[in-house]
Amino acid sequence: MKRLARLDTTAFVYIALVFVLIVSAILVATTGRSILSPGNIRDILTGMSVLGFVAIGQTLVILGASLDLSVPYVMSLASLIAAETMNGSSAMVLPAVLLTLGIAAAIGMANGLIVTVLGVHGFVATLGVGLILKGYLDTNYQGTAGSVPWSFQLFGATGIGPVPISTIVMLALAVLVAFILARTRFGHHLFAVGGNAEVARLSGVRERLPLIGAHIGSSVCAAIAGLLLASRLGVGSPTVGSQGSYDLLSIAAVVLGGTLLMGGRGSIWGTIGGVAIFAVLDNLMSVMQFNPFFKDVIRGLVIIIAVAVYARRRVVARRIRFAAGPAGPAVAVAAAPTGSDERSPR
Amino acid sequence: MNSLIRRAVDPRGAVVVLLAVILVAIVVLNPSFAEPGQLVRFIQRVAPIAIVAIGQYFVIVSGEFDLSMGALVTAQVVTSGYLIGQDPSKIAAVLTLMLILGVLVGVVNGLATTLLKVPSFIVTLGTMLIIHGAVMWWTGGAATGDPVDSFRQIGRGGIEDVPVLGQLPYGVLVLLVVIVAAIWLSRRPFGRTLVAIGDNAEAAAYAGTNVWRTKTLAFVISSLSATVAGVLLVGYAGVHPSVGQGYEFIAITAVVLGGVVLGGGRGTVFGALTGAFTLESLFTLLNFTAVPSTMRDAIQGVIIIAAVAYSGVVFAKRRSTTSTDDQNPGRAAADDENPTPGPTTTPTPTSARDSSPIHPSGDAVARD
Repeated sequence: MKRLARLDTTAFVYIALVFVLIVSAILVATTGRSILSPGNIRDILTGMSVLGFVAIGQTLVILGASLDLSVPYVMSLASLIAAETMNGSSAMVLPAVLLTLGIAAAIGMANGLIVTVLGVHGFVATLGVGLILKGYLDTNYQGTAGSVPWSFQLFGATGIGPVPISTIVMLALAVLVAFILARTRFGHHLFAVGGNAEVARLSGVRERLPLIGAHIGSSVCAAIAGLLLASRLGVGSPTVGSQGSYDLLSIAAVVLGGTLLMGGRGSIWGTIGGVAIFAVLDNLMSVMQFNPFFKDVIRGLVIIIAVAVYARRRVVARRIRFAAGPAGPAVAVAAAPTGSDERSPR
Repeated sequence: MNSLIRRAVDPRGAVVVLLAVILVAIVVLNPSFAEPGQLVRFIQRVAPIAIVAIGQYFVIVSGEFDLSMGALVTAQVVTSGYLIGQDPSKIAAVLTLMLILGVLVGVVNGLATTLLKVPSFIVTLGTMLIIHGAVMWWTGGAATGDPVDSFRQIGRGGIEDVPVLGQLPYGVLVLLVVIVAAIWLSRRPFGRTLVAIGDNAEAAAYAGTNVWRTKTLAFVISSLSATVAGVLLVGYAGVHPSVGQGYEFIAITAVVLGGVVLGGGRGTVFGALTGAFTLESLFTLLNFTAVPSTMRDAIQGVIIIAAVAYSGVVFAKRRSTTSTDDQNPGRAAADDENPTPGPTTTPTPTSARDSSPIHPSGDAVARD
């Protein structure tokens, strides 16, 4: 039991994922199908990729104790910019992608500057920027626009065996971001600032830069998700991001993956696990032909119950941190102070 | 005179000034707006938003979020349409049912947040999905069927033949009752405790506060306010699944605009109310100008960022001046112990949570 309590949160997420997989496999088997058939695996992995991209970026921001509610509008904007710039020509794919990512980085920079320099809460800052983008999109686009050449549509359509290219790219991005978080100064500083910005500042960390970087990363990740959606749809759409309510779902996936909403603790792999749990559940509910609205009910229940289980565990894990020597991600532990992210003692 | 300027510079005063400027601009563009009848109509239109904002205030000042409000408004609107139908005798029963539903949602939100220790952002996001999904599932995604007219009168009707005003809408009366009740509550020990919890839940708990009960009550108030707003909205908007959509963000915007700090511990009912009125009058102003209606969101975005940035800068400036100019040694010593940002820094998102030397009830203003 004690061993279970000391288990890393990320490991716990994957135990939960395996549990969900087993339950799904049994339920799917009752309909006479197999959850591990190549077609079904492809469906699950495809379902993971878009939310995965958004959630990777959202993890960065949440680790820094901020939020990004502007992602759906960045995604829509990215799909439109890409589709309009490409306009059906293969030669324009690379410039369009670069332009899209560049604009997304600028939006992320704006988010980061508003949060750090103006001192606006991340919730308000990104909600505001999202609304500004929404106003721009609604004013300038009445419907889908532009078109994507076949060569770019392959990004969303092809795969190696049952594994779609987009999922491979998403996992590669996850490896890259995980490496940045674990091995670079930026990553360590982000954990420190997310744990407690004031302590980080007094320790000589420039508390603004990591957070600005995280916001840029989040917007760029959202733009990649928008590019993927454009490649699947073949056109750019002004509502593609908000329809999927990727802002709230990505935050839910990140928290489901064991990252603290108050920042400073968490991991990319936990997030990927959270996204996978969502994808498996969605797949299960599609195979079982659940009412689409009933899916939302299940999703909401799963989010609350899963996070409640983690939250209970986390209290235990934290007490051990004080008793024993350094364990777990050293930087996060060292930087996280006792007070700021704790709730009242009952 | 000096204190008047100071009060106008204060973020809580600034929103009143902004509201006044917007109202004057509306009157300049459309003089008939200043007629008493028109003004009362305007207040009637603001009422649901103001009520929701006041409910959200109680949750936000305690340091939490309530994202389930919009979905709950939709649920109540659809419930009244489906269950009351054309039978006036069902009104009382269904209204009771709606109130029970509201209390239930608030209790679930509150207990999951406090006892299960799930962040309220996630809890209310979950209940938002659950409520919205359940309502859509129940109605097959296309809710129709308005409730009987006598029920809709609460939202659209009023007391006729009132001198000067012409008609006094029930919505305005409901809003008045809500305002009085909310101000009364916020001055009761409950309201004070809520602010203390929002400022520092741990300290409040050590001081003997029952944190989970107080916070749960705040969530119940928030859900009840969404219920009341739903009753008003069904009156003039009718039954439609999109009624109430986005109300949680509108409410949070209004509350934040009114100087209530996300993360808790600072803000007033009056602020939330002014924020709601400012937001709605801004939309009204945009209707009178040539700005395309789709730009409404963009302008709302700019305003909310500007308002919060402004109050952050003002508070940071005041915080640094209180720690250097203050003659009270006890307070100055307390400042040194607090990890407040020094004069050169602007507050970062987390510092909105830390305890500041300025007392939340605003004695900094009183000392000016």
